[in-house]
Amino acid sequence: MSAHGPYRVARGGDSSVDAALRRGSPLPFWFNGSACTGVEGDTLASALLANGVRIVARSFKFHRPRGVFSCGVEEPSALVQWGEGAGATPSVRSTLIRLCAGLDARVPSGWPSLDFDVGRVLDFTSPLWIAGFYNKLFKWPGWSLYEPVIRHLAGFGTAPTGADPDRYETRHAHCDVLIIGGGAAGLRAAWEAAARGARTILVEQSSQLGGRAGWDGSRIDGQPGDAWVRGVRETLARARDVRILTDTFAAGHYGHGVTTLVESASPREGARPAIRERYWIVRARRLVIATGAIEQPLIFCNNDRPGIMLAGAAHAYLRRHEVAIGRRVVVATNNDSAYATARDLQAAGVEVLAIADSRRTIDAAIQGQMGKLSIPVLTGSIPVDSHGFGALSGVSIGRLSDEDRRVDEVRQFSCDALAVSGGWNPSLALFSQAGGKLSYRSESRALEPIDSPKDVSVVGAAAQPHAGTTSSGVTAIGVRISPAGRSDRQWVDLRHDVTVADLELAIREGYSSIEHVKRYTTVGMANDQGKTSNIAALEIVARLRGLPVAQLGHTTPRPPVMPVTLGAIAGRAVGDQFAPSRQLPLHEWHVAHGGVMEDFGEWKRPTVYLLPGESRAQAIAREARTVRTAAGLLDGSSLGKIEVRGPDALAFLDRFYINNLTTLQPGRVRYGIMLRESGTILDDGTVVMLAPDQFLVTTTSGNAGRIANWLQEWRQCEWPQLRVACTPVTDQWAVLSLTGPCAREILASVPTDIDLSPEAFPHLGVREGRVLGIPARLYRVSFTGELGYEINVPARSAPAVWEALWNAGQSRGIQPLGIDALMLLRMEKGFLHIGTDTDGTTVPDDVGWGNVAAAKAADFVGKRSLPLPEHVRPDRLQLVGLVGATDLAAGAHLRLASSHAATDGWITSAGRAVLSGEPIGLALLRGGRALTGASVTVHDEGRTSTARIVGLPHFDSRGSRMHA
Amino acid sequence: MLRIPCPHCGVRDEPEFVFGGPSHVERPAFGVSDLEWTDYLFGRENPKGVHFERWLHEFGCGRWFNVARDTVTHEILATYRMGEPKPALPGPGGPDALRFPVVRGS
Repeated sequence: MSAHGPYRVARGGDSSVDAALRRGSPLPFWFNGSACTGVEGDTLASALLANGVRIVARSFKFHRPRGVFSCGVEEPSALVQWGEGAGATPSVRSTLIRLCAGLDARVPSGWPSLDFDVGRVLDFTSPLWIAGFYNKLFKWPGWSLYEPVIRHLAGFGTAPTGADPDRYETRHAHCDVLIIGGGAAGLRAAWEAAARGARTILVEQSSQLGGRAGWDGSRIDGQPGDAWVRGVRETLARARDVRILTDTFAAGHYGHGVTTLVESASPREGARPAIRERYWIVRARRLVIATGAIEQPLIFCNNDRPGIMLAGAAHAYLRRHEVAIGRRVVVATNNDSAYATARDLQAAGVEVLAIADSRRTIDAAIQGQMGKLSIPVLTGSIPVDSHGFGALSGVSIGRLSDEDRRVDEVRQFSCDALAVSGGWNPSLALFSQAGGKLSYRSESRALEPIDSPKDVSVVGAAAQPHAGTTSSGVTAIGVRISPAGRSDRQWVDLRHDVTVADLELAIREGYSSIEHVKRYTTVGMANDQGKTSNIAALEIVARLRGLPVAQLGHTTPRPPVMPVTLGAIAGRAVGDQFAPSRQLPLHEWHVAHGGVMEDFGEWKRPTVYLLPGESRAQAIAREARTVRTAAGLLDGSSLGKIEVRGPDALAFLDRFYINNLTTLQPGRVRYGIMLRESGTILDDGTVVMLAPDQFLVTTTSGNAGRIANWLQEWRQCEWPQLRVACTPVTDQWAVLSLTGPCAREILASVPTDIDLSPEAFPHLGVREGRVLGIPARLYRVSFTGELGYEINVPARSAPAVWEALWNAGQSRGIQPLGIDALMLLRMEKGFLHIGTDTDGTTVPDDVGWGNVAAAKAADFVGKRSLPLPEHVRPDRLQLVGLVGATDLAAGAHLRLASSHAATDGWITSAGRAVLSGEPIGLALLRGGRALTGASVTVHDEGRTSTARIVGLPHFDSRGSRMHA
Repeated sequence: MLRIPCPHCGVRDEPEFVFGGPSHVERPAFGVSDLEWTDYLFGRENPKGVHFERWLHEFGCGRWFNVARDTVTHEILATYRMGEPKPALPGPGGPDALRFPVVRGS
């Protein structure tokens, strides 16, 4: 007995015990509010066992009591909530938490307490909660009614709601050899790689190298295991180009030698680590899988009771942590590996009542050794049931008969712990992701590697699982599933509470593929990825279907192999660094003048400028009215701009637009629409001809990058012979858009050498010159329907020019123009907004540009698609105007009289006419152009009204204002 | 994640590239039938095995190039410049250099 916990045993005389455990000062910690004590080197699980805490958690579905079942990553039961507030992490395996002083772990499930949980009523009504229960039981009136209750009851823990206070980072690495697993096999592989001078990375998921060799008393190369591990570790530490990452697990393999790792900082009392987790992306020439094997459970009634643990884990707790899992222990196995556990428990003063082995015969040497220790061996026997309401108080062992299909004689043992071993299954998820093939082998009852990819090798227990080795070689291990008792009490997946009965139901209901059974029953789908359940599930399904297991195949082990936090994946890309945002040259000015900055793709743009006391709708109406009556000033710098130069620039551009560009003259600008090859509208914008071999193409703000790539793709892949170069210049040129009847007077009062008279500078003209002495390009274009100038100046000069225009416009009532008012103005004019008034199916004729496209003789991208039958149907969705309703809203659906269709179209843009206040809209309407003057029913979120179909535009149909 | 040997820049990670669909797709003359045209638009091989495709090295040299990739193993069998003909391929399990390409130094 010890101050470090009542289940701590005295250190044995064996010198090979790893030095993980240093009996220094005790480490106080908290579990569910109770004070406990552990020691340096403990995990939370080992400390809880040392303190005699048996019930550590409640199960996911049935709230059954659960204890520590394993000692590693495979832990399906003992999950806790760890940490405080926003830094809390739910569902952490207690077997992986390194104990530190003051650690506070909680179990969120269990009410009113972990030891007495009224939710366990679910367990006693378990026949209701079968596979697919949520589809069967909770259909009426709807799942949404039941979901919150069921989520509350289910033991997933509580996700924190605040921002994660921890820091994470991403690192990249290259190496020749990446070795996953720092046990004896991985260490040997690293040693050999280092000796060859290979750049090597060795990854170990625990904090210590050596794995079992460090503590199980085995000998390697004639040395005690722990001494050998120390020697190799020192050699590697001295080697050049060897990086050892402990507390790091491999999360997934993604082909081409790319493996991701997650490295965790160890917990330190009272302080946050500088980096909590580091996400590694490693490119390796060779991958060595030394991931070992995971011990599998035996399946019998109530095999999930606290006190039942994997025998290898019981061994590890004893040898590494000097913790006994009980005082009176029964061992049950189907292979040789559990005998060492029995031997060492006995040596540590624990009473080992019996060993049940499901094999009929076992190795004579083992039999003799057990005889010397006076441990009875029950061959051909398997546990059939366990007893106790909470933790384990007894176990029934049955003798197998009738070729393992029945048990006859059952013996009861009164015990407080049962160590089980159902054989070892190699951890080959990464191997499989790297292209390796797995196959079930009946001798080992495990999925073993076959057919390694060329650059991947498997070593150690991952390659050759522990089978029943005898002095005469490998023999088959015994059965792992009890043939007796209720199958709805035989747990296959402890994490997701899936029983043998659930698998039986799935087969009865017609599921046959193991992948379908998995999805239906959720076996192996929990965040432990079925590390202790997949193999048993395979065997059970094969038995139910009467097939050899190998013929059933196996489920696909997809990444991540182990739970990865979102923080690790996000790394530094959080908050402001989640995505870069682009600011307009006048960003500060907009903010200072009440601009409401919103996201438009990656740009921050002012949607509206609010004056004190003004509503958003009032502000939009004011800005729009100002443009119709005086002038507005818009920062249009996000407009996409691509400079196209070269002797073939005109011929090149003409191949993209439905508009004929060959008649364009220097000093002129033309509006154009671009299509995809399928004939649908891709983008629109202007083409500015600066010189015979120099053009500027503008695109919609969100499409700048896409159109630049689009032009490049055609230039490089389809027309490499054309002498042309495309350069994106969006950021280089600021665009200050001055629009309204007073625009000319305002611009004229700013010093410029450009003649602004209508005769010298007509609509769709382009002039280069100076404004305020700054080199500028002026385009007379208009998106508002008013006289307009787009003043293009180098971005750094934009604030000076903007201020000058702003000051010059004060006497004429100039106002800043936000995006919302701009959209209203252009809608009134019937100008398209691509992506709003069009979608991925819209062709030019749908929006009134069919004649222009048809009139162009030369080929252009998408031209051949325009006469396809689908594109000339008279009942296509066509752009029309709507008026005459009391209100119109974008998104409302339209129904034509006597129509039986679900919808005949919808409103794409809507608002109130700038000067009259009358509701107006644009709509895509089935066969709409032929229906001008007719009525259409508008359905808007339950309200129904009637609107009249009109032609476009709604305002200034002669265009006299923009030609002024 | 693919590691793609750009013929202009060398081996780089997949996030630097943009996939551009099958390569060596001939754009038909304007006068073809609707059926031939729509086959050009939408008809695509979906081979199990070698697939010739084009990629853009957007966050690199900005150039389009061709890739021969095995759709089963993701093995990149060859990369070659735009405009070059399909290369003779070494068959499945080609040279190491293309299999797990590794760039030394940084």
